[in-house]
This record gives sequence, structure tokens and C-alpha cells, in this order.
Amino acid sequence: MATTHQRSLARFMMAPSVGMLLLWMIVPLGMTLWFSFQNYNLLMPGMQKFIGLSNYKYFLSDPGFWTSLINTLEMVAGVLAVSVVGGIIFALLIDQPIFGQGYVRILMIAPFFIMPTVSALVWKNMFMNPVNGLFAQISHALGLQPIDWLAQHPLLSVTLIVSWQWLPFATLILLTSLQSLDREQAEAAEMDGASALARFRYLTLPHMGRAITVVILIETIFLLSVFAEILVTTNGGPGYQTTTLTYLVYSQALLQFDVGGASAGGIVAVVLANIVAIFLMRMIGKTLD
Amino acid sequence: MSRTVSNRRKWLYTVIAWGVVLIIFFPILWMVITSFKSEGDAIATPPKFLFFHWTLENYHEVQESSNYFSHFLNSVIISLGSTALGLLIAVPAAWAMAFQPAKRTKDILMWMLSTKMMPSVGVLIPIYILFQKFGLLDNRVGVLVVLMLMNLPIIVWMLYTYFREIPAGILEAARMDGAGLWNEIRYVLTPMAVPGIASTMLLNIILAWNEAFWTLNLTTSAAAPLSAFIASYSSPEGLFYAKLSAASTMAIAPILIMGWFSQKQLVRGLTFGAVK
Repeated sequence: MATTHQRSLARFMMAPSVGMLLLWMIVPLGMTLWFSFQNYNLLMPGMQKFIGLSNYKYFLSDPGFWTSLINTLEMVAGVLAVSVVGGIIFALLIDQPIFGQGYVRILMIAPFFIMPTVSALVWKNMFMNPVNGLFAQISHALGLQPIDWLAQHPLLSVTLIVSWQWLPFATLILLTSLQSLDREQAEAAEMDGASALARFRYLTLPHMGRAITVVILIETIFLLSVFAEILVTTNGGPGYQTTTLTYLVYSQALLQFDVGGASAGGIVAVVLANIVAIFLMRMIGKTLD
Repeated sequence: MSRTVSNRRKWLYTVIAWGVVLIIFFPILWMVITSFKSEGDAIATPPKFLFFHWTLENYHEVQESSNYFSHFLNSVIISLGSTALGLLIAVPAAWAMAFQPAKRTKDILMWMLSTKMMPSVGVLIPIYILFQKFGLLDNRVGVLVVLMLMNLPIIVWMLYTYFREIPAGILEAARMDGAGLWNEIRYVLTPMAVPGIASTMLLNIILAWNEAFWTLNLTTSAAAPLSAFIASYSSPEGLFYAKLSAASTMAIAPILIMGWFSQKQLVRGLTFGAVK
């Protein structure tokens, strides 16, 4: 039985984290919202004034915005497709009785622990470089024309690099879920003559449903703010070809010093992320209880 | 009844699984191998895999020519500091929510998670301007606090899921046996809570160590941790593959090892216990 004394103690214990998160949310977000209605450029001090929705009009009608929105969606969708499909296949494979399963697991998850700046640099220079990159050398050895990955297929290249980092995470989560599958049920189905495909479709896949939802939820949160990989490999280019929403707002703020415009972009990014989040929270809400 | 698997099938799956995993792991392996080459061997055609003159020269040079050690120290201070501060704030909160749940506890937890959905870029400008005003740009403490706030919802959620698994009955039993509050904390609660706190700590060190958005935007040199320092190698004059590899290897080694130790907890932690 919780007494009033215990209640207030509990409140007291929760106060610091609730208070700090509240501040962390309200103060900067409020400021971003305020700036987004201002004509505010750090290169023109003293010219700050209220201009209503002009920043939004300007930001939303900028062709860079639509390109970056589409790039963001393409990259997130691409990485999610690779992680979910690849993750299911790899998890099923590693779940088979194999020699050295523990070591396979450990090597598999490694890319997830590599800091994004390192993986971006290693892929850009040591693999995708058209002159000394390993891919180029393999192409030469096979008598093919090497591909300048980041110049010819920039968005695909970035998606590949990010997929490499997130596929292991999906595999690990799905593998963990697979290992809690009721073996006896699977064996019973096998004895009853269910084909491997039918067992996968009606037994394994529904069992992994929750894990798949979790993978999509967590990865989407992190993928919407992918930044270092783009900064290090392409700087958003060529042109706008690898500019995502996050990168677009960053470049408006810290490269063009357009605080007002970038703030409007930041608010648009928050709104879009929340649309995705509501959708995802509903999805996860359904599987959680 | 156990499933009988023919040896041949087991070998077949073993070969395929190891093949796939070595391809996935290869970029890391290649980076580590390259870090022991001379710059000439690093760009040799055809590429040299194992038969070259192994050298530690790159490691020496990275340490001497750049302030590698000071960036390493920044990484340690920022990731350990933000984790410690986060735990200090989150442990009481998670504890209260797990053992004194009120009607609104679930709502508060969901709200905390929702703050994680806010893209960092939405608050980049105010944070940057505030930091500029208060002289916190390129300051370790500033970055440390921002990373703590970024990861706080995850810390609270993880601790909450761990604490909830401690049966409340055990506390009552200890009380019945006449244990005082201090003994209760020392002999009953601490041993049961420590593993959860330890895995939360490990996971948050990893997240903070690898964080790049805030470290790249809020630091330049003095407070730059390894994640930001490595990015400086993308400039044309930094393009020495062997040295790049040595610096990268040194930047990821501690966290990769820590990650390997905590991979099981990672699943629980990042999925908030939804996948077991």
C-alpha cells in the first residue's frame, strides 16, 4: 500500500528526469518555433524581425526540400528493406545448427558498434574510391570499368553504407526472437507434413512479428537523423543528390547561417518525424500487449 | 524427441553462414590489416592481404603527429560522464516508477520515449546559439550534458524494464525478517539491481562514444572526441589509408570489445524488453 509519504518520495525521485526532459523539449523546441517566424540571418545582425510564415513558404517551395524529403524516404525505406529481408534470411541461417555459432554471432554484430564517421571513411576511401578502392581493384582484375560509386550512384552508396551498419542490428534482434520459438511446435508441424515454406509462413514469421515491428521502429528513429555518413562521404552532393532533411537543415543553419529558414526546416522535420512516430507507436502498441 | 541433423547439412550451413558473416565483417578486418601496412603497401595493386611487411609505424605516427590521446580522453570523459550523470538522474526515477507505479506512470514512460522521436536537427539551432552565448561551444561539459539528455529516455526505459523484474515480494520478505532499510538496500536490492544498471551503463557508453551529430556540430578541436576527430581525416591531406586505418582501429577497439560483451543486453536494452 502506497502511503502519501511514499507517493511524494516517488515524485521527488522522478522530478529531476521529468523536469530535465521537459526543459530539453520545451526550451529549444520553443526557440526553434520562435526563430522560424523571424527573418534572422547571422550574417546580417540587427535585421531580425517577425515575418510570419514566409520562412515556411520559402522552405516548402524550395526544390531542395522536396528532393531531400524524397532522398530521406528512399534512404530509410532502402535500409529498412535490406535490414528486414536480409535480417530474416541471416537470422534463419545463423539459427541453424552450425559450428561456431557464438563466433558467427559476434562477428555479425560488429558493424553496429563502429562509429559512423569511421565506417563512412573506410567505405568511401578503401572500398568505393574509383582509383585505389578495393571495388575498383576487383573491377580492374576482372577487366571491367571501375565504378565511381559516390559520384555515379551517390544515394545508393550512402544507403549501402548505412545498411551495412544496421543489418547486423536487425539480424541480432530477429535471431534472439527466433531462439525463443517453441521447438516442439515446429517439430510437430514438421511431423504433420508441413513444408518448410508453410512452417515459415504460418509459424516462424508470425512469431517474429513483434521483433520485426521493433526493428522497424528503432531503426526508423535512428535513420531519420543519419548525418555523419553523409557529411563525411558526399557533403550532401553532388548537387542535392544525397541531401536528406537532416542534412538540409544543418547546411542552412551552419553553412548559410539562415537561422529563420533552418528553424522552419527543423519544425517541418519534427512534424514529419512525429507523423511517422504516431504511425509506428500505434503499430508497436498493437504488438506489445 | 531431438531433431536429427545429418552432418552434411550441418557442414553446408556452417560454410554458408561463415561465408556471409566474413563478408559482413570484412571491411573491419581490412581496416585492421591495413593499419599494419606501410602507406605504399596500403594502396598496392593487386591488394596485399597477408604477405607484406607488418609494421606498427602508423600507430606511432598517429599518436605523435596528432593529438590522438587528447581526443581519446575527450571521448572517455564525454561518454563516461554523460552515462554517469544519466544514471544518477535516471536510477531514482526508474526505481520510483517500477515500485511505486501510479496511474500516470505508463503515460510518463511513453512521453519520455516520444522525446526520443524528436529529430536532433529540430533543436540544433537553439542549442548552437545557446552554447555560443554561454561559451559552451567546443566544451566537454556542454557536449556531455546534451548527450546525457539525448540518451536519458533510453536509460530510464532500460532501468525500468530491469527493475520491474525484481519481485516486490522479496522486499516484503526481507522486511518481515527484520532487515532495516540499510540492510535491505545493501543485501537485497543492490545485488538484484546491479546487473541491470551495469548493462544500461555499457549500452549508453557505446551510444555516447559513437554519437556523431552533436559532437561534429558542437566541438571543433579542444573538446572533439574521437568521432569528430576521425571526420577530420576526410580532408584531402588526411588521405593516408594506413594512418587512417590505424586511427580508426584505435577509435573503435575499446567500444567494439565492450559491444561484444554486451550484445545480449543490447537486445533487451534497445528493444525495451519487447524481444527476449
